[in-house]
Amino acid sequence: MPSTIITEEIELIHSGKGPGGGDSSGDGGDGGDGDGGRGDSSGATRVPQRAYITGMFIALAGILMFFMAFVSAYIVRKDMPNSAWIPLQVPRILWLNTLILIASSLTLGRAHSRFSAKDEKGFRHWWATTTFLGILFVAGQIIAWRQLAAQGIFLATNPSSSFFYVFTGAHGLHLLGGILALLCVQFGATRKVARGTAIEVVSMYWHFMDGLWVFLFLLLYLGR
Amino acid sequence: MSSHAHTGGSTVHAPMAEPSGFIRKYIFSVDHKVIGIQYFLLALTAVVIGIVLSLLMRFHLVWPNATLPFVSGGQMSQEQYLALVTMHGTIMVFFVLTTAPQGGFGNYFLPIQIGAPDMAFPRLNMLSFWVTFLAFVCIIAAFVVPGGAPISGWTGYTPLSGLGEITGPGEGWGQTLWIVSISLFCLASLLGALNFIATTIDLRAPGMSLMRMPLTVWGWFVTAILGLLAFGVLLAGGILLLLDRSAGTSFFIPAGLVVNDQLQAHSGGSPLLWQHLFWFFGHPEVYIAILPGMGVASHVLSTFARKPVYGYRAMAYAICAIGFLGFMVWGHHMFVSGMSPYSGFAFSVLTMSIGVPSAIKTFNWLGTLWGGKIQFKTPMLFALGFVSLFVSGGLSGLFLAQPAVDNMLHATYYVVAHFHLVMGVAAIFGIFAATYFWFPKMFGKMMNEPLGKIHFWFTFVGAYCIFMPMHFIGIAGGIRRYADASAVAFLARLQPVHQFMTIAAFITGAAQLFFLFNFFYSLKFGPKASKNPWNATTLEWDTDSPPPIDNFGGHYPSVYRGPYEFSVPGAVDDFIPQWQEPAQVARVK
Repeated sequence: MPSTIITEEIELIHSGKGPGGGDSSGDGGDGGDGDGGRGDSSGATRVPQRAYITGMFIALAGILMFFMAFVSAYIVRKDMPNSAWIPLQVPRILWLNTLILIASSLTLGRAHSRFSAKDEKGFRHWWATTTFLGILFVAGQIIAWRQLAAQGIFLATNPSSSFFYVFTGAHGLHLLGGILALLCVQFGATRKVARGTAIEVVSMYWHFMDGLWVFLFLLLYLGR
Repeated sequence: MSSHAHTGGSTVHAPMAEPSGFIRKYIFSVDHKVIGIQYFLLALTAVVIGIVLSLLMRFHLVWPNATLPFVSGGQMSQEQYLALVTMHGTIMVFFVLTTAPQGGFGNYFLPIQIGAPDMAFPRLNMLSFWVTFLAFVCIIAAFVVPGGAPISGWTGYTPLSGLGEITGPGEGWGQTLWIVSISLFCLASLLGALNFIATTIDLRAPGMSLMRMPLTVWGWFVTAILGLLAFGVLLAGGILLLLDRSAGTSFFIPAGLVVNDQLQAHSGGSPLLWQHLFWFFGHPEVYIAILPGMGVASHVLSTFARKPVYGYRAMAYAICAIGFLGFMVWGHHMFVSGMSPYSGFAFSVLTMSIGVPSAIKTFNWLGTLWGGKIQFKTPMLFALGFVSLFVSGGLSGLFLAQPAVDNMLHATYYVVAHFHLVMGVAAIFGIFAATYFWFPKMFGKMMNEPLGKIHFWFTFVGAYCIFMPMHFIGIAGGIRRYADASAVAFLARLQPVHQFMTIAAFITGAAQLFFLFNFFYSLKFGPKASKNPWNATTLEWDTDSPPPIDNFGGHYPSVYRGPYEFSVPGAVDDFIPQWQEPAQVARVK
């Protein structure tokens, strides 16, 4: 039987690390396998660290679809006949907020390279700066909301304002999650995820949220 | 541990300790097997409720004026009938067809079949189940809140679903709960999908290449990808709909809408926008329900025909192709929405092109059976039933895929018959095949064969008796969701057909008691199952029945061959398991 002969000739991949995937290779993150989890009696052990990287990629794909649903609704709703659409003048503070968020990505990159250089103090410094800038951004977004509210523009005032609040609100919630994750890494509460992996995963998320915001901001500004 | 010492090539570790205490072990467990059974029992509860609702609907269609003891006022109102329609659809699609094959069997068997000790993220897995459970509580709560269950159908079309109580009883609290429930369900499914994909990519045993994965794993894997990309869109839609209802926004509600003589204070929203968002999720959802069933059918057919799956690679690629095309055809649910004929044409061609991978699958199922030494065990019967129902239900899809024909058939019983056969009953048959096939592994006991066969024949014949005549009612112009067809002159003459279907439905519904009895009786009194009662080849049969907490009792299996090596010429046994080393295969001298 051809199939038997063929499969017998295929070399078996032994990683010696327990469950590790048949043909996928490469070890994401600097954490190394089996860094944590051993002796955890709760039934979860031996998750290769790269699974967390994979998981974050997958999560970002799902989050992207979630936001793209809003974006497509925005585009369709805006150009409908009888849409009653009044273009929204985005608050000027959003420019500042955007700069702050971009800056936070840069400081995060700095923290990452400090970590790679085994400079713990530098890492903690830049990581904390990133967290601070993230909080500043969220505060700025809230100020933007308050400015709009002061002008009498609320969620239900006009479709354009509805979308503005939905975009900024959904993105803000996701960013708060990111801040929480940054704090977890800062204070070492990453459970069984190796530190290097945690830094990698949180960075992916943060850069994504930064890029997403720039896109949403351009959409709100240019596509109003 | 010594019992595994002979399993060459696999690494051996100390067996993992089981958590002590009832709550950590059975309630808030992070073990994918316990979570799988939790999902399964949730779906079992849901399916009983869903069947009862459908029987009430069938009863009302035939005897609309009957006095019922549990209905306020004695007779069922039209709104109450619509509430039944809505809740039946929602519970069945979300909490049965999505929950059982993917959440239940996928959770239980995907890690074992790829040789992993658990899912990649066990706590996330527990979270997805409990959020699903919360969603189920919300949808059931809709029955008892003021106004009762919502009446806008499982598709929740706006503006009916977006305005609140003014559009009918159940559109107040009930509809809000419906949206909350669906949104929670989306969230849980997203977390679940993440886990499934990461597990499949990163936790496969040594030697388990993609093209050695059982087709069940392919089904769950592609289903998870569909879920990941589709549920987020429905979640976004649900949030917008909730805002329309409770915050006064106008995403979906048009201007100048007058309901019950009251002008609604909304401006310029688009009901069609909701339909697009809903069906962008809704069509992939159809494949989320059916792809795991396809995987199970391939798996079971091969095992009981004692033959390799015919064209394994083509089967795996066909699953991917169906998943891919599934995202491009949502517009065929909206042919009569006034869409441009050019869009309609594009959606139509893409829809019919799904026939190609579907035909590949059907051809290969038959090819697998061809010349096999078929053993007609209960799981095999249900797998064969799956193929039959999938073909019968799928063929009517070709007619519905054409805008010109769909103009006539849209919103008739023809559509209802089509999707019930192809994604409803077929998927249920996939679930039954999986249950009868894996029950020994999950619970360590064998199910009763004669009872299983009686259950199969009643259900198989019954399903055709219910849904085949339904096509004719649809062609004759029978509109779905009418609470009382006897009040419409041209439909009144079709009542005898409805009567036949209702009687068939009650018999088929009653036949499910054979299953329930068999299930619980075998759980307690069934004969003990061996490690590998079906002489099957995939990794779940390498471990005890039921498997220990870390699935393989301290050792991790290695994989040496494809998943379906049955009746290999030159081998003594008619099956060679995936974990069998080449040197250990007994050969005919």
